Amino acid sequence: MEIKLLFTILISTIFINNYVLSQLLGLCPFLGVSKKLDSALGMGLAVIFVMSMASFFTYFIYKFVLIPYEITYLRTIAFILIIASLVQLVEMVIEKVSPPLYQSLGIFLPLITTNCAVLGVTVLNVDSGFFNANLGLLKSVVQGMGAGIGFTLALLLMAGIRERLELADIPKNLKGLPITFVVAGLLALAFLGFSGMRI
Amino acid sequence: MKFRQILLDGIWFKNPILVLGIGLCPTLAVTTSVSNALWMTLATTFVLTCSNILVSMIKNIVPPHIRIPIFITIIASFVIIVELTLKAFQPQVDKALGIFIPLIVVNCIILGRSEEFASKNSIVSSIIDGLSMGIGFGLTLVILAFFRETLGANKLFGYTLIPGMEPSLMMIMAPGAFITLGFMLWAMNVIKAKFGNGGE
Repeated sequence: MEIKLLFTILISTIFINNYVLSQLLGLCPFLGVSKKLDSALGMGLAVIFVMSMASFFTYFIYKFVLIPYEITYLRTIAFILIIASLVQLVEMVIEKVSPPLYQSLGIFLPLITTNCAVLGVTVLNVDSGFFNANLGLLKSVVQGMGAGIGFTLALLLMAGIRERLELADIPKNLKGLPITFVVAGLLALAFLGFSGMRI
Repeated sequence: MKFRQILLDGIWFKNPILVLGIGLCPTLAVTTSVSNALWMTLATTFVLTCSNILVSMIKNIVPPHIRIPIFITIIASFVIIVELTLKAFQPQVDKALGIFIPLIVVNCIILGRSEEFASKNSIVSSIIDGLSMGIGFGLTLVILAFFRETLGANKLFGYTLIPGMEPSLMMIMAPGAFITLGFMLWAMNVIKAKFGNGGE
């Protein structure tokens, strides 16, 4: 029963409620880093990692610090500081442990702090009531990971299309950002199809 | 005049959404109705102006290498003020905007203006910059929301426009947001190409 619920959370955050294309979160990196396929993949992996870690840590901070001391109204400030320090920590660890990975991911890591999808998933974890639920920690982390995977999927699809768009014959004033938005709209339209899915 | 330039920059030449391309998440997500867009503008402008004032006041005593965490903490405090005020006095607005109220913290416009403008300029210019950026943000939001609400829900401020007409549901959902903003950027490029870049 619980396993089935975890699976439902995963599928629904990846496809049905895709963070980028149906909830409209994390658009700045979605448009900023989707010009090339390699950098899109790097950014996506970094986001999956940070989102899972952020869900993990905010669970503990919320449940064992904010709730017992009745300061839940400070959650925004607490979560953004957790995310910022987490990103800094991840950056330092990767730089020390694996310089090649740091070379390819390095520039994207500081950008993740201001990615609203990361703060979004931690706030949604609170709003979904995972803190009182059975297996709450696991559900939070699965939701974080699913959100990251959904973000990566959208980013990769967009990067693939934009690489081809470079060669397309587009009216002068529509070039660049405007056509990118229209393409993103069509992609979102395709993702609307998943909302009919029942699990 | 310097202040006039700051004001025009915020509204047109450096419009945060249409020219700089930042702060897109709230732009697309809350523009399902004009009243939501107006509330979002009010909240964002308040946070933007207050954090600009505070950042400008402390600009000389902040150590440069830890300025970003300090700015974010300042912004987050104002966002919490907005969140609690809305919860207390306008609960239905808080419900409609939902997660996008706490997410004002990561709106790149606010951190961007603290970093780029308020930490280098006087308090008065920072206030004007905050207000003009807020107006530029708000204008874009209201125009976007106007098209999405009229086409997607056949309503304006909650009143039905043409009785019996079936609205196009797509416009109120995510695809409509992307496509409308794409067309707005297109229109802006056409205007710029026709009249040159104005004072720039």
